[in-house]
Amino acid sequence: MMMMRKRKCLKIFDSKMANYVRDIRDPEHPYSLEQLSVLSEESITVDEKLGRILITFTPTIQHCSMATVIGLCLRVKLKEFFPPHFKLDIRVAPGSHANEESVNKQLNDKERVAAALENPNLRQLVDECLYSNEL
Amino acid sequence: MEFCEDGNYELREIQRLEGHTDRVWSLAWNPTTGVDGVPPILASCSGDKTVRIWEQSGPSRSWHCKAILEETHTRTVRSCAWSPCGKFLATASFDATTAIWENVGGDYECVSTLEGHENEVKSVSWNACGTMLATCSRDKSVWIWEVMPGNEFECVTVLQGHTQDVKMVQWHPTMDILFSCSYDNTIKVWWSDDAESENWCCCQTIGESNNGHSSTVWALSFNAEGDKMVSCSDDLTLKIWDANILRMESGDGYAPWSHICTLSGYHDRTIFSVHWSREGIIASGAADDAIRLFVESKDGSIDGPSYKMLLKKEKAHDMDVNSVQWSPVDHRLLASASDDGTIKIWELASTSTEKME
Repeated sequence: MMMMRKRKCLKIFDSKMANYVRDIRDPEHPYSLEQLSVLSEESITVDEKLGRILITFTPTIQHCSMATVIGLCLRVKLKEFFPPHFKLDIRVAPGSHANEESVNKQLNDKERVAAALENPNLRQLVDECLYSNEL
Repeated sequence: MEFCEDGNYELREIQRLEGHTDRVWSLAWNPTTGVDGVPPILASCSGDKTVRIWEQSGPSRSWHCKAILEETHTRTVRSCAWSPCGKFLATASFDATTAIWENVGGDYECVSTLEGHENEVKSVSWNACGTMLATCSRDKSVWIWEVMPGNEFECVTVLQGHTQDVKMVQWHPTMDILFSCSYDNTIKVWWSDDAESENWCCCQTIGESNNGHSSTVWALSFNAEGDKMVSCSDDLTLKIWDANILRMESGDGYAPWSHICTLSGYHDRTIFSVHWSREGIIASGAADDAIRLFVESKDGSIDGPSYKMLLKKEKAHDMDVNSVQWSPVDHRLLASASDDGTIKIWELASTSTEKME
């Protein structure tokens, strides 16, 4: 009984979160990440008890140069959604990017993320993806 | 103070220092304070672009923010380091500069700005006698600066060799040997074999193929004697190294560092900080919000020294622990800094009835 209740809770939580991130715009296309199948509901795993979230996204092409920007957008957006102590890991789907390992490493290096978000050009790009209504 | 592994110890929170409005990245105890009636001083730096100077004073012996160093760095201040004389504080920033602050009667004045790195400066370190400064950056280079009269700093050399972002530079505690650790998963050791310290070169690279780390190396620290080093990494391990420093000190050339042991299975997220106390206790702080302490095990293993966990402090902070630093004077005091924006001062205390001597 407990188990079932917990599952249901998680599901609701997941879809709420999916709603929250699905409208992020792709840096290179006038479409949302969901429209481009970069993100789906299955991309998101939440362990509320441990406070851990794993997001797996699928860049549109193998050599997508914007994969790190998409990752930054997800991180900024999800930081607003979850309590601050939640741990967030972001990865590209296995086999979906030519430089999978290096993209994953960069996306999860918080010092690189912090520096990137202080870079005015990158910050502008991220903000455009997050807050632009031109879909 | 002797630490028996079976003893029960705890980290008691003495005080929480609040004031920074963003994550606190790094801490530095002023090495000349806390003795001879001079109150202890601690510097902290943050994503809020400021540096705060904290002092333990007053009848309550509590910590207060004595100064805020602001409006100099325009981005995150990533790291800070006191000169051995305690008069100067060097601060490294994502704005690509390193600032030198002088303590003039309790006021801190920015007396020099070191420019040259192409982008974020990640770390700064003074050598043991305070005549040289090292900095490193995402631009993959390590710079050595000579301290000149009149608060001038002259770049002696630019060291290239890392293939990625350099996360930390640290001078050896007794000799002019420089260590750097990087996003390229290696630790590099730099030294100069001539007396004038001019021919700086990389004399050792410790990578995965020689028992090194398999992901970003975030920090390293030395024991008091300087013959052992501990490093921590995104690969979730701590590694301990030793070298024959007597040979180096006697001028017989470079003696390489070799792997003693790997501590794994403790932290389950990136280990950002490690610091070896003068009494031999290794503290580590990680993205799992925990602080752990390790000591050399007295088991007398034939394979050489081994290390055991003395204690773990889960939820030491509400978020990632970015820095752990033992007081250089009061050996039971540990300071920690976190993404939660706070700094905590801890006391290592015995929980048993026996008092620690």
